[in-house]
Amino acid sequence: MTTSPMIEIRNVDKNFGTFRALDTLNATIGEGEFFSLLGPSGCGKTTLLRMIGGFDDPSSGEILIGGRSMAGIPPNLRPTNMVFQSYAIFPHLNVAENIAYGLKRLRLGRAEEEKRVKEALDQVELSELGPRMGNQLSGGQRQRVALARALVMRPKVLLLDEPLSALDKNLREQMQVELRHLQRQIGITFVLVTHDQYEALSMSDRIAVMFGGQIAQIAEPKEIYQNPATRQVADFLGGMNFLTSSHLSVNGKNFAATLPGIGDITGHLAGKTISDPAKAIIGIRPERLRIVWEGETADPIVTGKVADRNYFGEVTSLAVNIEGQNQHLSIVETNDFGADDIPVGSDIRITYDRDAFIVMQG
Amino acid sequence: MRSFRSQQDPECGIVTTGIPGQIEELNLDPSAPILPVQRTGRESISRFLRSETGKGWLTISPPLLYAMLLLIGPIIVIVANSFWSQDYLTIDRTFTLENYRAALTEPIYRDLLMRSLFISVTVAFVTVVLAYPIAWFVSFYGGRYKGLWLFIITVPFWSGYLLRILSWKVILGYKGVLNTGLMHLGVITEPLSSLIYNVNAVIITLAHSWAAFAILPLFVSLEKLDRSLLEAAADLGDGPVRRFLRITLPLTIPGIIAALMIVMIPTVGDYVTPKLVGGKDGVMIANAIQVQFGRASNWPLGAALAVSTMIIVSLVAGTIVLALAGLKRLLK
Ligand SMILES: Nc1ncnc2c1ncn2[C@@H]1O[C@H](COP(=O)(O)OP(=O)(O)OP(=O)(O)O)[C@@H](O)[C@H]1O
Ligand SMILES: [Mg+2]
Repeated sequence: MTTSPMIEIRNVDKNFGTFRALDTLNATIGEGEFFSLLGPSGCGKTTLLRMIGGFDDPSSGEILIGGRSMAGIPPNLRPTNMVFQSYAIFPHLNVAENIAYGLKRLRLGRAEEEKRVKEALDQVELSELGPRMGNQLSGGQRQRVALARALVMRPKVLLLDEPLSALDKNLREQMQVELRHLQRQIGITFVLVTHDQYEALSMSDRIAVMFGGQIAQIAEPKEIYQNPATRQVADFLGGMNFLTSSHLSVNGKNFAATLPGIGDITGHLAGKTISDPAKAIIGIRPERLRIVWEGETADPIVTGKVADRNYFGEVTSLAVNIEGQNQHLSIVETNDFGADDIPVGSDIRITYDRDAFIVMQG
Repeated sequence: MRSFRSQQDPECGIVTTGIPGQIEELNLDPSAPILPVQRTGRESISRFLRSETGKGWLTISPPLLYAMLLLIGPIIVIVANSFWSQDYLTIDRTFTLENYRAALTEPIYRDLLMRSLFISVTVAFVTVVLAYPIAWFVSFYGGRYKGLWLFIITVPFWSGYLLRILSWKVILGYKGVLNTGLMHLGVITEPLSSLIYNVNAVIITLAHSWAAFAILPLFVSLEKLDRSLLEAAADLGDGPVRRFLRITLPLTIPGIIAALMIVMIPTVGDYVTPKLVGGKDGVMIANAIQVQFGRASNWPLGAALAVSTMIIVSLVAGTIVLALAGLKRLLK
């Protein structure tokens, strides 16, 4: 990493009674980095974020912020601010007072305080709602107040627990751009919790993918998508065709295998070590498979039967049955050439990029 | 529905036009438009009873009836009495304001009323100040044992009211626990006579008597307080004291108001405690009212005193509620 570390998570465990919510986590988040925690519901994202914010203590291990151990330091003395998953809007204060809550203590002076509050209100598109009481807001409005309330503090580290989940698509995308822009501009370290893979992919410098209290992979978005470390990671981020294979072998930086119904293939390990080839699995992203239309030729060619078709507007997803493969292969094709008109049950020819196969730990 | 009813019960299907003797048959064809017709009282009552509002009234009428009888009834009797006068045992039912003049201007009653208000407001605040930390502790640190803690708090209240007052007599009395204890410790050489039979004794005894009633509403409002709000306040830089003043206190004001009222309103009218531990300086307005209804046998004056007290207490209570609501806006 090029920047100095802002947050260091060292061997952190968290037990709730006998339940192990977090299991030996290790991660280093750089200064000014946009770091995302991605994973299914209940995997421990909120728990980890709350420990960084100081609302829970690790059962063992330690967390450092700016090089200082945070053991025993309460949230009000940490250089962090948090956007809570439950929003936690103060019901007895209006929107502007909610946003100004943390500023009061800084004694900025009335003019500066009002300026910052107004700025924050504009950023989250709530300029009109300043006088509205905290308990009279819609879910999305609450979420934006929570966001503004933390942003206005300009902390060193901003912890965001699914800060955009309640917003409609347009507003969410707009906020994503806004957040990213803001983060670049003022250089805050962001830790964003999300279970929206596109949000994580489009916004983050790096992503940590978590399952069941463990980090499965930490990498840049492109790396995570193109070269997922495990089957779970691949499955969680975008679609992945897992292929039935035989004779999987590893040779230096490459692997080779025989895929029934498809043929012999090879691929790059891309830095991975496959300790047990018997347990490894080969996959290909749906968009790396293409339909070979009538009159076209291609090499290689695989034939199959369309088992199902799903229309998504700009693209169509086809499930193709290939002799020898246990699972249907999913193909995503743009609708320019009429993929949305292919009848279910018809024969189909497909081709693939030879370098598109990925090997993963099962 | 309509046509079915009219075939079953001709009375419902026949509508008079309002002119005696002229009776019209209602069109029984259900598809025919229902013309606006004048209805008899009976028809409109049955219609009202079938309406949403009517059903509502019907449902609450039994409790409403006894609530009226039990709550409003006695008050009407008292208010009526307060405008009458009494000569030995006969009540003169001619309207007079003489009782109110006496109740509001005679120094003895004015003093008693002021003292009662002072005592009840003080008791209410003392009780709430003492009860709040207990409720707070149980709510925040009670953990799994909240129920047990509340149970323990209510245990003293299983003994009789008189018993609790008398036990304070034992504690505060001339040869009581406190005096003998202090004498043993050598803090004082002879018993203090200032512990009992005065206003302070009344306040202490009443505050203790009402503690549980103050703890419960405070506990409920503290339980309702969303803990994540405190986390958010901590996140925004507030330490424990500021969190309490800016979040916990304003959001539990309803509980504080409830606790204050629950303690203050009944204590104004208490006459047993002042009688037992108040001595001559601790007499309250309720003692005077009791005397008028009892030995002095002047019900109208007693009633006027009671009504005046009720109105003044309501005004004071209202003022306190408004003041606390204002305080809530100030605490940000
Ligand atoms: N206070 C607690 N006591 C016991 N178990 C808890 C507690 N807090 C969280 N857990 C458990 O720890 C696990 C991780 O919870 P966490 O809230 O971190 O999930 P998450 O990844 O944020 O999920 P989501 O995406 O649904 O918000 C869950 O199984 C949850 O039930
Ligand atoms: Mg969560």
